[in-house]
Amino acid sequence: MTLFGYRLPGMSSLILWGLLWEIVGRSGMTFFIPPLSEVFLTLFEVIGTPPFLKALSETSYAFAAGVFFALVIGIPVGILMGKNRLVDELLLPWVNIFLSAPLTALVPVLMVLFGFGMRSIIITTTLFAIWIIILNARAGVMQINRSLVEMARSFGATPMVAFYKIYFWAALPEILGGVRIGVIRAVKGVIIGQLLISIVGFGALFELYANNFLMAHFWAVLVVLFALAFTVSEFLAYLERRVSYYAAKR
Amino acid sequence: MVMPQIKDPIGHLEMRAPPNAVVARGVSKTYGDVEALKNLSLEFPKGQLTSLLGPSGCGKTTLLKIIGGLLEPTAGEIEVNGTPVKGPGPDRAFVFQDFALLPWANVLRNVAFGLELRGAAKSEREAIAEKYIAEVGLSGFEKAFPHELSGGMRQRVGLARALSVDADVLLMDEPFSAVDEQTRRKFQEDLLRLVQNENKTFIFVTHSIEEAVYVSDQIAILLPRPSRVLEIIRPAIERNKNVDNIRRDPEYLDIVDKIWAALRSYVE
Ligand SMILES: Nc1ncnc2c1ncn2[C@@H]1O[C@H](COP(=O)(O)OP(=O)(O)OP(=O)(O)O)[C@@H](O)[C@H]1O
Ligand SMILES: [Mg+2]
Repeated sequence: MTLFGYRLPGMSSLILWGLLWEIVGRSGMTFFIPPLSEVFLTLFEVIGTPPFLKALSETSYAFAAGVFFALVIGIPVGILMGKNRLVDELLLPWVNIFLSAPLTALVPVLMVLFGFGMRSIIITTTLFAIWIIILNARAGVMQINRSLVEMARSFGATPMVAFYKIYFWAALPEILGGVRIGVIRAVKGVIIGQLLISIVGFGALFELYANNFLMAHFWAVLVVLFALAFTVSEFLAYLERRVSYYAAKR
Repeated sequence: MVMPQIKDPIGHLEMRAPPNAVVARGVSKTYGDVEALKNLSLEFPKGQLTSLLGPSGCGKTTLLKIIGGLLEPTAGEIEVNGTPVKGPGPDRAFVFQDFALLPWANVLRNVAFGLELRGAAKSEREAIAEKYIAEVGLSGFEKAFPHELSGGMRQRVGLARALSVDADVLLMDEPFSAVDEQTRRKFQEDLLRLVQNENKTFIFVTHSIEEAVYVSDQIAILLPRPSRVLEIIRPAIERNKNVDNIRRDPEYLDIVDKIWAALRSYVE
Protein backbone atom coordinates (compact mmCIF):
# COMPACT_ATOMS: atom_id res chain seq x y z
CA MET A 1 0.00 0.00 0.00
CA THR A 2 1.15 3.57 -0.61
CA LEU A 3 0.09 6.72 1.21
CA PHE A 4 0.90 10.21 -0.12
CA GLY A 5 3.39 8.56 -2.44
CA TYR A 6 5.22 6.68 0.33
CA ARG A 7 5.37 2.92 0.33
CA LEU A 8 4.07 1.73 3.66
CA PRO A 9 5.72 -1.33 5.12
CA GLY A 10 3.47 -4.36 5.55
CA MET A 11 1.19 -4.36 8.56
CA SER A 12 1.21 -0.57 8.95
CA SER A 13 -2.51 -0.78 9.63
CA LEU A 14 -1.52 -2.22 13.02
CA ILE A 15 -0.37 1.26 14.01
CA LEU A 16 -3.87 2.54 13.41
CA TRP A 17 -5.44 -0.20 15.49
CA GLY A 18 -2.83 0.35 18.20
CA LEU A 19 -3.80 4.02 18.35
CA LEU A 20 -7.46 3.12 18.61
CA TRP A 21 -6.66 0.73 21.44
CA GLU A 22 -4.71 3.44 23.25
CA ILE A 23 -7.61 5.88 22.94
CA VAL A 24 -10.20 3.39 24.13
CA GLY A 25 -7.90 2.42 27.01
CA ARG A 26 -7.31 6.01 28.11
CA SER A 27 -10.99 6.85 27.92
CA GLY A 28 -11.46 4.36 30.74
CA MET A 29 -14.45 2.88 28.94
CA THR A 30 -13.88 -0.58 30.39
CA PHE A 31 -11.44 -2.06 32.86
CA PHE A 32 -11.06 -4.88 30.40
CA ILE A 33 -8.99 -2.75 28.03
CA PRO A 34 -6.13 -0.87 29.62
CA PRO A 35 -4.17 1.54 27.37
CA LEU A 36 -1.77 -0.19 24.99
CA SER A 37 1.17 1.77 26.41
CA GLU A 38 0.42 0.35 29.84
CA VAL A 39 0.25 -3.14 28.36
CA PHE A 40 3.71 -2.71 26.88
CA LEU A 41 5.14 -1.28 30.10
CA THR A 42 3.76 -4.29 31.94
CA LEU A 43 5.15 -6.51 29.26
CA PHE A 44 8.70 -5.29 29.85
CA GLU A 45 8.17 -5.59 33.56
CA VAL A 46 6.91 -9.13 33.36
CA ILE A 47 9.09 -10.52 30.66
CA GLY A 48 12.23 -11.26 32.67
CA THR A 49 10.53 -12.49 35.81
CA PRO A 50 10.92 -16.13 36.89
CA PRO A 51 7.17 -16.95 36.69
CA PHE A 52 7.08 -15.68 33.12
CA LEU A 53 10.20 -17.55 32.06
CA LYS A 54 8.88 -20.69 33.69
CA ALA A 55 5.59 -20.33 31.85
CA LEU A 56 7.44 -19.67 28.61
CA SER A 57 9.62 -22.76 28.94
CA GLU A 58 6.69 -24.99 29.95
CA THR A 59 4.60 -23.78 27.05
CA SER A 60 7.44 -23.97 24.54
CA TYR A 61 8.25 -27.48 25.65
CA ALA A 62 4.67 -28.71 25.27
CA PHE A 63 4.30 -26.84 22.00
CA ALA A 64 7.54 -28.12 20.51
CA ALA A 65 6.86 -31.70 21.56
CA GLY A 66 3.28 -31.56 20.27
CA VAL A 67 4.34 -30.10 16.93
CA PHE A 68 7.19 -32.59 16.69
CA PHE A 69 4.84 -35.56 16.97
CA ALA A 70 2.35 -33.95 14.60
CA LEU A 71 5.14 -33.65 12.02
CA VAL A 72 6.83 -37.03 12.34
CA ILE A 73 3.49 -38.85 12.38
CA GLY A 74 1.44 -36.55 10.18
CA ILE A 75 3.76 -36.14 7.19
CA PRO A 76 4.54 -39.84 6.62
CA VAL A 77 0.90 -40.82 7.19
CA GLY A 78 -0.25 -38.18 4.72
CA ILE A 79 2.29 -39.28 2.13
CA LEU A 80 1.27 -42.91 2.63
CA MET A 81 -2.38 -42.00 2.17
CA GLY A 82 -1.57 -40.20 -1.04
CA LYS A 83 0.41 -43.17 -2.33
CA ASN A 84 -1.77 -46.04 -1.28
CA ARG A 85 -5.48 -46.32 -2.11
CA LEU A 86 -6.18 -48.82 0.66
CA VAL A 87 -4.58 -46.79 3.43
CA ASP A 88 -6.37 -43.75 2.08
CA GLU A 89 -9.80 -45.41 2.13
CA LEU A 90 -9.18 -46.58 5.68
CA LEU A 91 -7.96 -43.33 7.17
CA LEU A 92 -9.52 -40.50 5.20
CA PRO A 93 -12.93 -40.54 6.98
CA TRP A 94 -11.21 -40.32 10.36
CA VAL A 95 -8.92 -37.53 9.28
CA ASN A 96 -11.86 -35.54 7.98
CA ILE A 97 -13.89 -36.13 11.13
CA PHE A 98 -11.08 -35.04 13.42
CA LEU A 99 -10.20 -32.08 11.24
CA SER A 100 -13.60 -30.52 11.81
CA ALA A 101 -14.40 -32.04 15.21
CA PRO A 102 -14.55 -29.76 18.26
CA LEU A 103 -11.36 -31.16 19.72
CA THR A 104 -11.74 -29.21 22.94
CA ALA A 105 -14.56 -31.59 23.83
CA LEU A 106 -12.11 -34.47 23.62
CA VAL A 107 -9.73 -33.01 26.16
CA PRO A 108 -11.56 -34.47 29.19
CA VAL A 109 -11.34 -37.90 27.56
CA LEU A 110 -7.61 -37.42 27.08
CA MET A 111 -7.30 -36.51 30.73
CA VAL A 112 -8.94 -39.77 31.72
CA LEU A 113 -6.70 -41.71 29.35
CA PHE A 114 -3.39 -39.96 29.85
CA GLY A 115 -3.60 -38.19 33.20
CA PHE A 116 -3.36 -34.58 34.19
CA GLY A 117 0.24 -33.92 33.28
CA MET A 118 2.40 -32.75 30.45
CA ARG A 119 1.62 -35.87 28.46
CA SER A 120 -2.01 -34.94 27.96
CA ILE A 121 -1.09 -31.39 27.02
CA ILE A 122 1.35 -32.61 24.39
CA ILE A 123 -1.21 -35.02 22.98
CA THR A 124 -3.79 -32.24 22.83
CA THR A 125 -1.34 -30.06 20.93
CA THR A 126 -0.59 -32.86 18.50
CA LEU A 127 -4.28 -33.54 17.97
CA PHE A 128 -4.91 -29.93 17.09
CA ALA A 129 -2.09 -29.78 14.55
CA ILE A 130 -1.88 -33.17 12.94
CA TRP A 131 -5.01 -33.49 10.77
CA ILE A 132 -4.40 -30.58 8.46
CA ILE A 133 -0.77 -31.68 8.13
CA ILE A 134 -1.92 -35.15 7.06
CA LEU A 135 -4.44 -33.77 4.58
CA ASN A 136 -1.99 -31.40 2.97
CA ALA A 137 0.79 -33.98 2.66
CA ARG A 138 -1.78 -36.29 1.07
CA ALA A 139 -2.90 -33.60 -1.38
CA GLY A 140 0.73 -32.86 -2.22
CA VAL A 141 1.45 -36.47 -3.04
CA MET A 142 -1.72 -36.91 -5.09
CA GLN A 143 -0.76 -34.16 -7.51
CA ILE A 144 2.69 -35.66 -8.02
CA ASN A 145 3.82 -36.16 -11.60
CA ARG A 146 3.55 -39.91 -12.26
CA SER A 147 6.52 -39.92 -14.53
CA LEU A 148 8.81 -38.69 -11.72
CA VAL A 149 7.89 -41.80 -9.78
CA GLU A 150 8.41 -43.98 -12.84
CA MET A 151 11.73 -42.28 -13.48
CA ALA A 152 12.93 -43.09 -9.96
CA ARG A 153 11.71 -46.66 -10.29
CA SER A 154 13.37 -47.12 -13.64
CA PHE A 155 16.70 -46.07 -12.14
CA GLY A 156 16.30 -48.62 -9.40
CA ALA A 157 14.81 -46.66 -6.49
CA THR A 158 13.29 -48.84 -3.79
CA PRO A 159 9.92 -47.67 -2.42
CA MET A 160 11.72 -46.33 0.66
CA VAL A 161 14.18 -44.31 -1.41
CA ALA A 162 11.38 -43.01 -3.64
CA PHE A 163 9.59 -41.96 -0.47
CA TYR A 164 12.22 -39.53 0.71
CA LYS A 165 13.87 -38.59 -2.58
CA ILE A 166 10.74 -38.07 -4.67
CA TYR A 167 7.46 -38.06 -2.77
CA PHE A 168 8.62 -35.87 0.10
CA TRP A 169 10.20 -33.22 -2.08
CA ALA A 170 7.47 -33.21 -4.69
CA ALA A 171 4.87 -32.70 -1.97
CA LEU A 172 6.97 -30.22 0.03
CA PRO A 173 5.15 -27.03 -0.98
CA GLU A 174 1.82 -28.50 0.16
CA ILE A 175 3.40 -30.07 3.22
CA LEU A 176 4.80 -26.71 4.33
CA GLY A 177 1.42 -25.07 3.78
CA GLY A 178 -0.15 -27.72 6.02
CA VAL A 179 2.57 -27.36 8.63
CA ARG A 180 2.03 -23.62 8.79
CA ILE A 181 -1.69 -23.99 9.45
CA GLY A 182 -1.04 -26.93 11.77
CA VAL A 183 1.40 -24.95 13.85
CA ILE A 184 -1.10 -22.13 14.28
CA ARG A 185 -3.63 -24.70 15.45
CA ALA A 186 -1.03 -26.15 17.79
CA VAL A 187 -0.75 -22.79 19.55
CA LYS A 188 -4.47 -23.02 20.18
CA GLY A 189 -4.08 -26.62 21.31
CA VAL A 190 -1.31 -25.97 23.77
CA ILE A 191 -3.15 -23.09 25.46
CA ILE A 192 -6.42 -25.00 25.66
CA GLY A 193 -4.50 -27.94 27.07
CA GLN A 194 -2.85 -25.75 29.67
CA LEU A 195 -6.15 -24.20 30.66
CA LEU A 196 -8.19 -27.38 30.83
CA ILE A 197 -5.79 -30.11 31.86
CA SER A 198 -3.41 -28.70 34.36
CA ILE A 199 -2.91 -25.09 35.04
CA VAL A 200 0.68 -24.63 33.89
CA GLY A 201 2.59 -22.44 31.50
CA PHE A 202 0.89 -19.50 29.85
CA GLY A 203 -2.42 -21.10 30.66
CA ALA A 204 -1.63 -20.67 34.36
CA LEU A 205 -0.63 -17.05 33.83
CA PHE A 206 -3.88 -16.35 31.99
CA GLU A 207 -5.85 -17.91 34.82
CA LEU A 208 -3.95 -15.98 37.44
CA TYR A 209 -4.21 -12.59 35.73
CA ALA A 210 -7.81 -12.97 34.65
CA ASN A 211 -8.96 -14.07 38.10
CA ASN A 212 -7.19 -11.14 39.71
CA PHE A 213 -8.36 -8.62 37.11
CA LEU A 214 -4.77 -7.82 36.13
CA MET A 215 -5.84 -6.87 32.63
CA ALA A 216 -2.57 -5.21 31.59
CA HIS A 217 -0.71 -8.36 32.58
CA PHE A 218 -3.26 -10.50 30.80
CA TRP A 219 -2.90 -8.56 27.56
CA ALA A 220 0.87 -8.44 27.85
CA VAL A 221 1.13 -12.22 27.94
CA LEU A 222 -1.36 -12.46 25.09
CA VAL A 223 0.71 -10.06 23.01
CA VAL A 224 3.79 -12.19 23.64
CA LEU A 225 1.90 -15.28 22.59
CA PHE A 226 0.61 -13.65 19.41
CA ALA A 227 4.06 -12.41 18.57
CA LEU A 228 5.54 -15.88 19.02
CA ALA A 229 2.83 -17.55 16.94
CA PHE A 230 3.20 -14.90 14.27
CA THR A 231 6.98 -15.33 14.12
CA VAL A 232 6.73 -19.10 13.73
CA SER A 233 4.08 -18.74 11.07
CA GLU A 234 6.09 -16.13 9.18
CA PHE A 235 9.16 -18.34 9.32
CA LEU A 236 7.17 -21.18 7.77
CA ALA A 237 5.76 -18.84 5.16
CA TYR A 238 9.34 -17.90 4.34
CA LEU A 239 10.23 -21.59 3.88
CA GLU A 240 7.19 -21.96 1.66
CA ARG A 241 8.42 -19.14 -0.53
CA ARG A 242 11.81 -20.82 -0.71
CA VAL A 243 10.24 -23.83 -2.46
CA SER A 244 7.66 -21.89 -4.45
CA TYR A 245 10.06 -21.66 -7.39
CA TYR A 246 9.21 -25.23 -8.21
CA ALA A 247 5.72 -25.45 -6.74
CA ALA A 248 4.19 -24.13 -9.94
CA LYS A 249 6.35 -26.24 -12.22
CA ARG A 250 5.99 -29.82 -11.16
CA MET B 1 10.88 -68.52 -33.60
CA VAL B 2 7.98 -66.69 -35.16
CA MET B 3 9.11 -63.52 -36.82
CA PRO B 4 7.11 -61.00 -38.77
CA GLN B 5 8.30 -60.67 -42.32
CA ILE B 6 11.55 -58.78 -42.55
CA LYS B 7 12.12 -56.45 -45.46
CA ASP B 8 15.83 -56.54 -45.96
CA PRO B 9 16.71 -54.42 -48.97
CA ILE B 10 20.35 -55.41 -48.77
CA GLY B 11 19.61 -59.10 -48.48
CA HIS B 12 22.87 -60.42 -47.08
CA LEU B 13 22.42 -58.74 -43.67
CA GLU B 14 20.49 -61.79 -42.49
CA MET B 15 23.67 -63.86 -42.40
CA ARG B 16 25.73 -61.71 -40.10
CA ALA B 17 22.88 -60.05 -38.26
CA PRO B 18 24.08 -58.75 -34.90
CA PRO B 19 22.83 -60.57 -31.80
CA ASN B 20 19.69 -59.22 -30.23
CA ALA B 21 19.93 -56.98 -27.19
CA VAL B 22 16.23 -57.22 -26.43
CA VAL B 23 13.72 -59.87 -27.43
CA ALA B 24 9.97 -59.69 -26.83
CA ARG B 25 8.22 -63.06 -26.99
CA GLY B 26 4.46 -63.32 -27.22
CA VAL B 27 3.90 -60.29 -25.03
CA SER B 28 0.29 -59.49 -24.13
CA LYS B 29 -1.00 -56.80 -21.86
CA THR B 30 -4.56 -56.10 -20.80
CA TYR B 31 -5.67 -53.20 -18.65
CA GLY B 32 -8.94 -54.36 -17.10
CA ASP B 33 -10.79 -55.28 -20.26
CA VAL B 34 -8.71 -53.10 -22.59
CA GLU B 35 -6.42 -55.32 -24.61
CA ALA B 36 -3.40 -53.12 -25.30
CA LEU B 37 -0.92 -55.70 -26.62
CA LYS B 38 -1.70 -59.12 -27.97
CA ASN B 39 0.92 -61.80 -28.50
CA LEU B 40 3.53 -59.36 -29.73
CA SER B 41 6.96 -60.67 -30.68
CA LEU B 42 9.83 -58.45 -31.73
CA GLU B 43 13.62 -58.48 -31.77
CA PHE B 44 15.88 -55.51 -31.16
CA PRO B 45 19.38 -55.99 -32.62
CA LYS B 46 22.32 -54.90 -30.51
CA GLY B 47 23.88 -51.54 -31.24
CA GLN B 48 21.00 -50.43 -33.46
CA LEU B 49 18.11 -48.07 -33.19
CA THR B 50 14.67 -49.63 -33.50
CA SER B 51 11.63 -47.38 -33.78
CA LEU B 52 8.17 -48.31 -32.64
CA LEU B 53 5.79 -46.53 -34.96
CA GLY B 54 2.05 -46.64 -34.86
CA PRO B 55 -1.17 -44.74 -34.32
CA SER B 56 -1.97 -43.18 -30.98
CA GLY B 57 -3.16 -45.62 -28.33
CA CYS B 58 -1.73 -48.69 -30.03
CA GLY B 59 0.40 -49.64 -27.06
CA LYS B 60 3.86 -48.25 -27.83
CA THR B 61 4.31 -46.78 -24.38
CA THR B 62 2.95 -49.97 -22.86
CA LEU B 63 5.52 -52.08 -24.69
CA LEU B 64 8.34 -49.73 -23.74
CA LYS B 65 7.34 -49.83 -20.07
CA ILE B 66 7.17 -53.60 -20.14
CA ILE B 67 10.68 -53.71 -21.60
CA GLY B 68 11.76 -51.23 -18.94
CA GLY B 69 10.32 -53.45 -16.23
CA LEU B 70 7.90 -50.76 -15.08
CA LEU B 71 4.88 -52.84 -16.11
CA GLU B 72 4.29 -56.58 -15.90
CA PRO B 73 3.06 -58.22 -19.09
CA THR B 74 -0.12 -60.27 -18.75
CA ALA B 75 1.53 -62.98 -20.82
CA GLY B 76 4.82 -63.52 -22.61
CA GLU B 77 8.27 -62.38 -21.63
CA ILE B 78 11.06 -59.96 -22.39
CA GLU B 79 14.71 -60.92 -22.51
CA VAL B 80 17.50 -58.37 -22.24
CA ASN B 81 20.89 -59.78 -23.23
CA GLY B 82 19.53 -63.25 -22.70
CA THR B 83 18.14 -62.65 -19.20
CA PRO B 84 14.39 -62.45 -18.58
CA VAL B 85 13.19 -59.08 -17.31
CA LYS B 86 11.80 -59.14 -13.77
CA GLY B 87 11.74 -55.41 -13.12
CA PRO B 88 13.80 -52.30 -13.77
CA GLY B 89 17.51 -52.98 -14.07
CA PRO B 90 20.82 -51.24 -14.63
CA ASP B 91 20.98 -52.61 -18.18
CA ARG B 92 18.15 -50.28 -19.28
CA ALA B 93 17.65 -46.53 -18.97
CA PHE B 94 14.60 -44.42 -19.79
CA VAL B 95 14.27 -41.07 -21.53
CA PHE B 96 10.83 -39.64 -20.80
CA GLN B 97 8.49 -37.75 -23.05
CA ASP B 98 7.86 -35.12 -20.36
CA PHE B 99 11.54 -35.17 -19.32
CA ALA B 100 10.74 -36.25 -15.71
CA LEU B 101 13.32 -33.92 -14.18
CA LEU B 102 13.39 -33.12 -10.48
CA PRO B 103 12.17 -29.50 -10.38
CA TRP B 104 13.91 -28.93 -7.04
CA ALA B 105 17.32 -30.05 -8.25
CA ASN B 106 19.79 -28.35 -10.55
CA VAL B 107 21.04 -29.79 -13.84
CA LEU B 108 24.07 -31.43 -12.27
CA ARG B 109 22.04 -33.30 -9.66
CA ASN B 110 19.39 -34.23 -12.21
CA VAL B 111 21.93 -35.72 -14.57
CA ALA B 112 23.63 -37.52 -11.70
CA PHE B 113 20.32 -38.70 -10.21
CA GLY B 114 20.33 -42.09 -11.93
CA LEU B 115 23.77 -42.75 -10.50
CA GLU B 116 22.68 -41.36 -7.13
CA LEU B 117 19.87 -43.91 -7.01
CA ARG B 118 22.34 -46.61 -7.94
CA GLY B 119 24.47 -45.65 -4.96
CA ALA B 120 27.46 -44.01 -6.67
CA ALA B 121 29.57 -41.70 -4.47
CA LYS B 122 28.92 -37.99 -4.91
CA SER B 123 32.29 -37.01 -6.39
CA GLU B 124 32.25 -39.96 -8.76
CA ARG B 125 28.73 -39.43 -10.03
CA GLU B 126 29.23 -35.70 -10.47
CA ALA B 127 32.37 -36.27 -12.50
CA ILE B 128 30.45 -38.62 -14.79
CA ALA B 129 27.51 -36.22 -14.95
CA GLU B 130 29.82 -33.35 -15.93
CA LYS B 131 31.13 -35.39 -18.82
CA TYR B 132 27.66 -36.10 -20.20
CA ILE B 133 26.46 -32.56 -19.59
CA ALA B 134 29.29 -31.47 -21.84
CA GLU B 135 28.45 -34.19 -24.33
CA VAL B 136 24.86 -33.00 -24.76
CA GLY B 137 26.06 -29.41 -25.02
CA LEU B 138 24.90 -28.03 -21.69
CA SER B 139 28.24 -27.00 -20.21
CA GLY B 140 27.78 -23.90 -18.10
CA PHE B 141 24.24 -24.84 -17.10
CA GLU B 142 25.20 -27.24 -14.30
CA LYS B 143 23.74 -24.95 -11.64
CA ALA B 144 20.58 -24.04 -13.55
CA PHE B 145 17.21 -25.40 -12.52
CA PRO B 146 14.85 -27.13 -14.94
CA HIS B 147 12.36 -24.24 -14.93
CA GLU B 148 15.13 -21.97 -16.18
CA LEU B 149 15.72 -24.14 -19.26
CA SER B 150 13.91 -24.43 -22.58
CA GLY B 151 12.12 -27.65 -23.48
CA GLY B 152 14.94 -28.72 -25.74
CA MET B 153 17.54 -28.14 -23.03
CA ARG B 154 15.44 -30.06 -20.53
CA GLN B 155 15.35 -33.06 -22.79
CA ARG B 156 19.12 -32.84 -23.14
CA VAL B 157 19.26 -33.14 -19.36
CA GLY B 158 16.99 -36.19 -19.54
CA LEU B 159 19.20 -37.68 -22.23
CA ALA B 160 22.39 -36.99 -20.27
CA ARG B 161 20.86 -38.66 -17.23
CA ALA B 162 20.05 -41.77 -19.22
CA LEU B 163 23.50 -41.84 -20.82
CA SER B 164 25.38 -41.38 -17.58
CA VAL B 165 24.16 -44.64 -16.04
CA ASP B 166 25.80 -46.37 -18.99
CA ALA B 167 22.98 -48.81 -19.66
CA ASP B 168 23.12 -51.13 -22.68
CA VAL B 169 19.61 -50.30 -23.76
CA LEU B 170 18.11 -46.82 -24.00
CA LEU B 171 14.32 -46.63 -23.97
CA MET B 172 12.99 -43.39 -25.40
CA ASP B 173 9.29 -42.60 -25.32
CA GLU B 174 8.60 -39.85 -27.85
CA PRO B 175 11.56 -37.95 -26.46
CA PHE B 176 11.34 -35.14 -28.99
CA SER B 177 7.61 -34.59 -29.16
CA ALA B 178 7.63 -31.77 -26.61
CA VAL B 179 10.31 -29.70 -28.33
CA ASP B 180 9.99 -27.38 -31.29
CA GLU B 181 10.58 -28.52 -34.85
CA GLN B 182 14.05 -26.97 -35.32
CA THR B 183 15.31 -28.38 -32.05
CA ARG B 184 13.79 -31.68 -32.98
CA ARG B 185 15.78 -31.88 -36.21
CA LYS B 186 18.95 -31.07 -34.35
CA PHE B 187 18.09 -33.79 -31.84
CA GLN B 188 17.57 -36.30 -34.62
CA GLU B 189 21.01 -35.56 -36.02
CA ASP B 190 22.54 -35.84 -32.57
CA LEU B 191 20.74 -39.11 -32.04
CA LEU B 192 22.22 -40.56 -35.23
CA ARG B 193 25.66 -39.67 -33.97
CA LEU B 194 24.93 -41.21 -30.58
CA VAL B 195 23.85 -44.49 -32.17
CA GLN B 196 27.09 -44.51 -34.14
CA ASN B 197 29.42 -43.58 -31.32
CA GLU B 198 27.92 -45.17 -28.23
CA ASN B 199 27.72 -48.89 -28.51
CA LYS B 200 24.15 -48.97 -27.24
CA THR B 201 20.81 -50.31 -28.32
CA PHE B 202 18.11 -47.70 -28.75
CA ILE B 203 14.38 -48.32 -28.64
CA PHE B 204 12.61 -45.24 -29.82
CA VAL B 205 8.91 -44.50 -29.81
CA THR B 206 7.63 -41.93 -32.24
CA HIS B 207 4.51 -40.73 -34.00
CA SER B 208 6.41 -39.28 -36.88
CA ILE B 209 7.04 -41.42 -39.95
CA GLU B 210 9.74 -39.05 -41.20
CA GLU B 211 11.52 -39.12 -37.88
CA ALA B 212 11.39 -42.91 -37.74
CA VAL B 213 12.82 -43.29 -41.23
CA TYR B 214 15.47 -40.69 -40.59
CA VAL B 215 16.89 -42.11 -37.37
CA SER B 216 16.13 -45.84 -37.46
CA ASP B 217 18.05 -48.93 -38.43
CA GLN B 218 14.81 -50.84 -38.07
CA ILE B 219 11.20 -49.68 -37.84
CA ALA B 220 8.48 -51.84 -36.30
CA ILE B 221 5.07 -50.72 -37.46
CA LEU B 222 2.43 -51.50 -34.86
CA LEU B 223 -1.27 -51.88 -35.55
CA PRO B 224 -4.02 -50.39 -33.42
CA ARG B 225 -5.29 -52.26 -30.40
CA PRO B 226 -4.81 -55.07 -29.65
CA SER B 227 -1.38 -54.32 -30.98
CA ARG B 228 0.70 -56.62 -33.14
CA VAL B 229 3.63 -55.93 -35.42
CA LEU B 230 2.38 -55.27 -38.92
CA GLU B 231 5.73 -55.05 -40.60
CA ILE B 232 9.40 -54.48 -39.93
CA ILE B 233 11.21 -52.14 -42.25
CA ARG B 234 14.96 -51.61 -42.39
CA PRO B 235 15.60 -48.31 -44.12
CA ALA B 236 18.90 -48.81 -45.89
CA ILE B 237 19.84 -45.18 -46.18
CA GLU B 238 23.42 -44.11 -46.72
CA ARG B 239 23.94 -42.37 -43.41
CA ASN B 240 27.41 -41.06 -44.04
CA LYS B 241 25.93 -38.67 -46.57
CA ASN B 242 25.53 -35.09 -45.57
CA VAL B 243 22.72 -34.97 -43.00
CA ASP B 244 20.73 -32.53 -45.12
CA ASN B 245 20.87 -34.80 -48.12
CA ILE B 246 19.29 -37.71 -46.27
CA ARG B 247 15.98 -35.90 -46.18
CA ARG B 248 16.12 -35.56 -49.96
CA ASP B 249 17.34 -39.08 -50.60
CA PRO B 250 14.89 -40.90 -52.92
CA GLU B 251 15.21 -44.01 -50.79
CA TYR B 252 14.21 -42.00 -47.72
CA LEU B 253 11.17 -40.54 -49.46
CA ASP B 254 10.14 -43.93 -50.84
CA ILE B 255 10.17 -45.53 -47.42
CA VAL B 256 8.19 -42.67 -45.90
CA ASP B 257 5.56 -43.15 -48.63
CA LYS B 258 5.52 -46.87 -48.16
CA ILE B 259 4.93 -46.63 -44.42
CA TRP B 260 2.22 -44.08 -44.90
CA ALA B 261 0.53 -46.37 -47.42
CA ALA B 262 0.65 -49.21 -44.91
CA LEU B 263 -0.69 -47.10 -42.08
CA ARG B 264 -3.27 -44.91 -43.75
CA SER B 265 -5.96 -47.56 -43.79
CA TYR B 266 -5.80 -47.66 -39.97
CA VAL B 267 -6.15 -43.92 -39.52
CA GLU B 268 -9.54 -42.52 -40.27
N1 LIG C 1 -3.02 -47.45 -16.89
C1 LIG C 1 -3.91 -47.76 -17.86
N2 LIG C 1 -5.15 -48.18 -17.54
C2 LIG C 1 -6.04 -48.49 -18.51
N3 LIG C 1 -5.80 -48.41 -19.82
C3 LIG C 1 -4.59 -48.00 -20.21
C4 LIG C 1 -3.58 -47.63 -19.24
N4 LIG C 1 -2.48 -47.25 -19.92
C5 LIG C 1 -2.78 -47.36 -21.23
N5 LIG C 1 -4.03 -47.81 -21.41
C6 LIG C 1 -4.69 -48.07 -22.70
O1 LIG C 1 -3.88 -48.96 -23.43
C7 LIG C 1 -3.78 -48.54 -24.77
C8 LIG C 1 -2.33 -48.38 -25.15
O2 LIG C 1 -1.80 -47.27 -24.45
P1 LIG C 1 -0.35 -46.72 -24.69
O3 LIG C 1 -0.15 -45.56 -23.81
O4 LIG C 1 0.62 -47.83 -24.60
O5 LIG C 1 -0.46 -46.25 -26.21
P2 LIG C 1 0.59 -45.44 -27.08
O6 LIG C 1 0.80 -46.20 -28.32
O7 LIG C 1 1.79 -45.10 -26.29
O8 LIG C 1 -0.24 -44.14 -27.41
P3 LIG C 1 0.31 -42.67 -27.69
O9 LIG C 1 0.89 -42.71 -29.04
O10 LIG C 1 -0.92 -41.83 -27.64
O11 LIG C 1 1.30 -42.35 -26.63
C9 LIG C 1 -4.57 -47.26 -24.90
O12 LIG C 1 -5.79 -47.55 -25.50
C10 LIG C 1 -4.79 -46.80 -23.48
O13 LIG C 1 -6.08 -46.25 -23.37
MG1 LIG D 1 2.66 -43.27 -25.58
